Order: sequence, then C-alpha cells, then structure tokens
Amino acid sequence: MTDISVNSVSSEKNAARIRLAQRIALRFGLYAMLLVFALYYLMPLFVMLTTSLKSLDEIRTGSLLSLPRDIDFTSWATAWSGACTGIQCDGLQPFFWNSVLLSVPAVFLSTLLGAVNGYVLAQWRFKGSNILFALMLFGCFIPFQVVILPMAIVLGKLQLAGTIGGLVLVHVVYGIGFTTLFFRNFYVTVPQELVKAAKVDGAGFFRIFYSIFLPISPPIIVVTVIWQFTQIWNDFLFGVSFSQAGTQPITVALNNIVNSTTGVKEYNVDMAAAIIAALPTLIVYVVAGKYFIRGLTAGSVKG
Amino acid sequence: MTETTQSILSIENLDKSFGAVKILKDINVSIEPGEFLVLVGPSGCGKSTLLNCIAGLEESTAGDINIGGRSMIGVAPKDRDIAMVFQSYALYPTMTVGKNITFGMKVRGTPEAEQQAKLNEVATLLQIDHLLDRKPSQLSGGQRQRVAMGRALVRDPQLFLFDEPLSNLDAKLRVEMRTEIKRLHQTLGASIVYVTHDQIEAMTLATKIVVMKDGVIQQVGTPNEIYNHPANMFVADFMGSPSMNLIPAQATSSGNSTQISIARAAGDELVLNFDREISGLNGSGSKEVILGLRPENITDPLSIVAQSGQLADCQIDVVEPAGSDTFVVTSLGGKQVTARLRADAEVMAGQSASLAFDLTKASVFEPDSGARIA
Ligand SMILES: Nc1ncnc2c1ncn2[C@@H]1O[C@H](COP(=O)(O)OP(=O)(O)OP(=O)(O)O)[C@@H](O)[C@H]1O
Ligand SMILES: [Mg+2]
Repeated sequence: MTDISVNSVSSEKNAARIRLAQRIALRFGLYAMLLVFALYYLMPLFVMLTTSLKSLDEIRTGSLLSLPRDIDFTSWATAWSGACTGIQCDGLQPFFWNSVLLSVPAVFLSTLLGAVNGYVLAQWRFKGSNILFALMLFGCFIPFQVVILPMAIVLGKLQLAGTIGGLVLVHVVYGIGFTTLFFRNFYVTVPQELVKAAKVDGAGFFRIFYSIFLPISPPIIVVTVIWQFTQIWNDFLFGVSFSQAGTQPITVALNNIVNSTTGVKEYNVDMAAAIIAALPTLIVYVVAGKYFIRGLTAGSVKG
Repeated sequence: MTETTQSILSIENLDKSFGAVKILKDINVSIEPGEFLVLVGPSGCGKSTLLNCIAGLEESTAGDINIGGRSMIGVAPKDRDIAMVFQSYALYPTMTVGKNITFGMKVRGTPEAEQQAKLNEVATLLQIDHLLDRKPSQLSGGQRQRVAMGRALVRDPQLFLFDEPLSNLDAKLRVEMRTEIKRLHQTLGASIVYVTHDQIEAMTLATKIVVMKDGVIQQVGTPNEIYNHPANMFVADFMGSPSMNLIPAQATSSGNSTQISIARAAGDELVLNFDREISGLNGSGSKEVILGLRPENITDPLSIVAQSGQLADCQIDVVEPAGSDTFVVTSLGGKQVTARLRADAEVMAGQSASLAFDLTKASVFEPDSGARIA
C-alpha cells in the first residue's frame, strides 16, 4: 500500500519536473528566435551608422560589417549643412526645418479635427452619420497616387501650389480619415449617459468636448500623434509632387542628395543624411512608444 | 403659463417612436408637489425612454409634457429645472467628486462662493465630505451612487428624475440606500420620478406607482391600490413577491350567492364562496375566470388572519421554510399555488393539510383579456 503511494508520488514529481524542463526549453527557443529577428531588423541601422562614421577610403577598402577604425563625424556635418541637393549646397538643414514647419501644424490640425469628428460620430449620432463614417473609412484606403492629380488642381485653385501651407492642407485632408477612425473607436466606448448627464448639467456641444472628452483622451491622442507624425514626416510622394525648390520636405532633399552627386558617391554622407531624416520619427517612437501600445489597447472610461 | 393644474409634472397623450417602432403609447401621468412617483415595469418596456422624454434628452413624437405648468416642447434639458440620476451614475471620470458635483453650477456661472456653500451642504447631507478630492474610479459603488445623488441635489430643481439608481448595488447596500432615499424624500419634500424594475423598491418608496408594459401604462395608483386591486393579470403577477397565484376556475352565480370552483388533480373540486359581484355574471349563469389570490390569503387554519377563511384539505407538494414564514406549494386548477403559513405550522411534503382560503381580498380576472372583473 505505502509502497505504491510513495511510488506514485515520486512519478508525479518526475512528471512535473519534465513539464518544467519542457517549458524552459520552449521559452529559451522563443527568446532565441526573437533575438534573431531583432538582430536581423537592426542590421541595416547598424550598417548605416557605421558607414556614416567611416571615411570614404575605409568604406572602399573595408568590409560592410566592420566597425569604423577612426570615428569621423565630418560626413554628418556635411550632410547637415554642406551636401549638395542639385545646385544648392546647404545640406539637409533648411529642408529639415521645412519638414518641421509642415508636420507640426499638419499633425496638430488633423488630430484636432479627428477628435471632433470622432466625438460627433460616436456621441452625437445623426441621420446618415454611419454612412459618413463609412465614407471616411473608405478614404483611409484610397492610395496616394489617386489623390495627386485632383489635389494639384485644388491647390492651384486655392493658390497654395508649391507652398508649405498647401502641403499641410494635403496631409490634413489625407489624415482625417485615420484620425477620425482612431477617435471614434475610442469615444464609442464612453457611455452615452455621460453626455446626457452633462446636457442636464447645462453643458453644450463644445463644453462637453473639452471638459469631459478631451481630458479622457491622452492615450488616443498619443496614438494619433505618433501615427500622423510618422506618416507626414516620412511622406515622399506628396512632398515631391506639391513642393517647389524652397519648400521641399526632408525626404525629397534626401533623395536629391543621394541621387544628384556628381563624381564620387559619398556613401558616408548619404548614410548620415538618411539617419538625420529618420531621427525624429525614431525619437518619437523611443520616447512615446510605450504609450502607443498602451493607447491602442486602452478602453476610455471604467466606472 | 396656463394655470390648468398645480401639478409639478403632467404628461398628456405622449407617444414616442424610434423609427417605425412605437416605444411609448399614449402616456398620461401627473404628479403633485412632494409626490414620489415610481415607474415600474419589466426590462425594455420603455421606462428609461419615458424618463429621457421628461428630461428632454429624447424628443417625444406626439403629446405634451408640462413641468411646473409650463409646456416643455422645444425646451432644452438644462432649462427644464430638473436634475437626473442615471443608472450608470455617469460621473465625469477625470473630475474629482467635488468638481463632479459643482460642474453644473460652474457651467451656469454660479458664483464660486455659492458653489462652495452648496457643495458643503450637500456633501454633509450625503456624508461624502471626506471624498471630495477623490476621482470616481477611487470610490465604491455606494459612494458613487451618493455622488450621483449629490450632483442632482445641488441643483435644487422642481423635479428629480432617478433612473434605476440602485440597480448596480449589492442587495444589502440596495436596502440601505433605499431607506436613505426615502429619508431624503421626506426631509426635502422633493418631487421625484423614480424608475425601477424592482417591485419591492416600488412598493416601499412610492406614493404613487405607474406600472408599464410594452410602452403602455397598465395601472396608476397608490402602492395599496396596486397591491390589493390590480387592474389586470399583468399587474397582479408583476407586483408582489412571491407573486399572486392566478388559478383557473369556474364562477357560478345563483340568486345572491356566487361560488368559485377550482378543479383538482385528485379528489373533488374545491368550491369556495365569493361574496362580491363578478361583472359579466349578472347574478346568474356560469363563467370561466381566473382567481387571483396572494400567498398570504391562503394560510393555515390556526393563524389569526384565517378567521374569515374557508377550510379545505390540500395535498402539499413542496415545503419551503423561509424563517419568518413557511411557504408551501400545492396544486390547484392545474397550477402551482403558493400558500404562506406560520413559521411553525406543521406540514409535510407529500401529505395532506388543511388550508384556509380568504377570498375577501381576492381578485377575479377575465381569462382572455386579463382585465379585473371583481
Ligand atoms: N435610441 C434608440 N433607438 C431605437 N430603439 C431604442 C432606443 N433606445 C431604446 N430603444 C428601445 O426602446 C425600448 C425601451 O427601452 P428603455 O431603455 O426605455 O427600456 P427600460 O424600460 O428602461 O428597460 P431597462 O429596465 O432594461 O432599463 C427597448 O426595446 C429598446 O430597444
Ligand atoms: Mg432603463
């Protein structure tokens, strides 16, 4: 009797030990795989960074993956303020500021409009509001190329062709579909009774928006801002289509630097320029990335 | 400013449709100052919709609502001199308790000092003064309920509207808050429209009850009227717990006496004397009816209220002791019938016992229409 029970206890223990070992092995495999993926995705950044710090000689003679022998920042300086984009040789600097002037108002306006739209579509339903929302959603899926020609005509009519203001308009219009979607889906989770209570309390449409809805919105604002900023900063097609020499965004300038060098190809300058162009979105992700994830999964109000 | 009535609220021929669906049909209700009107009915019968119409949060399709003698057609919720407590409490999640309560005053531009005074007064009354700096998410259910009440009370309106304010609380807290609301009503003398689907809440709180079903008012009356003289079988069944026994029976009238006979699975029919007139019987003839008898009107012969009872032996199917009473289930007219006996009545399931039927408080209904006929 006792023998059997002792036996069964120890075999149970063994089984538990095996299960534990299996679980550890599984975990280990999982992490190893993730590590491989991470390295794979980081590889291009590594190459860009090392190349940008090498001298041209070293690039020509050394291997692609080797570390730089002497760290040399001159290519960064050139990329920022000396590289030639066509005939002009001021580097990326002026275009960087163009991009800032373009993205900041465009992100702000499209986010604000998306918030108001989402608030209306979620909480102030009217006849046809669902159709309107469906149409806006449809707008999210219209490819850039389709918009270009009609947009060019509209900008011409508005006398905004080739200006930064015009580009802001383009990005706001194109972005509204997404921002509205984000905010609407966030605000539909807010109980309707909240608006009713505020109405009885005497608050009107905008009062309810900024006293009750905006204060609960930070998670979704972060999501929208990151999304919009990345879209607008990285945009090339609208930038190249609707800008002139003085108003080009940084992506267009980067293209010009890389493509228009005559003579020797300065890979180190190209790489430095590419990193500079990508840096703002990179920083935004590093700083606000965790809010991005949190915001995507957040419900708005409980209790 | 028509001085037709002194009523705080009078609703005349109100209809409400959502699209093609009629939700409220020809609602007529009025309440006098200081009255506590309870709207009760099953889920989905249109209670919240009616309350929203009164508040102006939904537009009525036809009919008129008067508050304080003033027609409310085209009047915004904020101008109706009402305050409302919502089922989900609808506290503003990012504001503190204090800010929640003063938000309405702030919107209307009440001076800061007055806001503070009102806030303190109401917070003391509801015993939430220590919670004023907390956010709603840091409160318990009962505390949130109080804050929601506080937000309504600072308004000091002509009319309070409560939409199932206790339905989110656990049973014990619900009873406590029920008492508290009753006390508030008595101290403030406020006029209240209160929605619930809990018939006990309706009975204990109301000075006047409106029973609704599918958007139609079934009966308006005092709790006593609703309980003792239900207008139809729906009201009879809905109000009271355990609910009224509705027993198929045959009523026979000959001369000045009326008998009600109930079929039984085993043995003879049960024949009971009924000393009121049943409309439609005209002193002679016989008729299918539904006899409505509350459990407390079927007792054991020894209980005091059994004086006017008529005795009969019944087969007991189930015995359910409930502490203060013992409920027993027997079968009459093909239905399960619940009787309420003294706690120490000696009955056993499966045996026969003598029960006393008191028909002085019985109701009699028409089987098809369900309307009360005696
Ligand atoms: N905005 C609306 N559009 C269409 N139908 C609605 C709308 N609001 C409510 N209804 C319908 O009206 C009916 C009554 O709803 P209401 O909320 O008034 O019920 P209730 O009596 O308050 O129920 P409960 O006790 O569950 O709160 C329901 O059948 C509901 O589906
Ligand atoms: Mg309701």
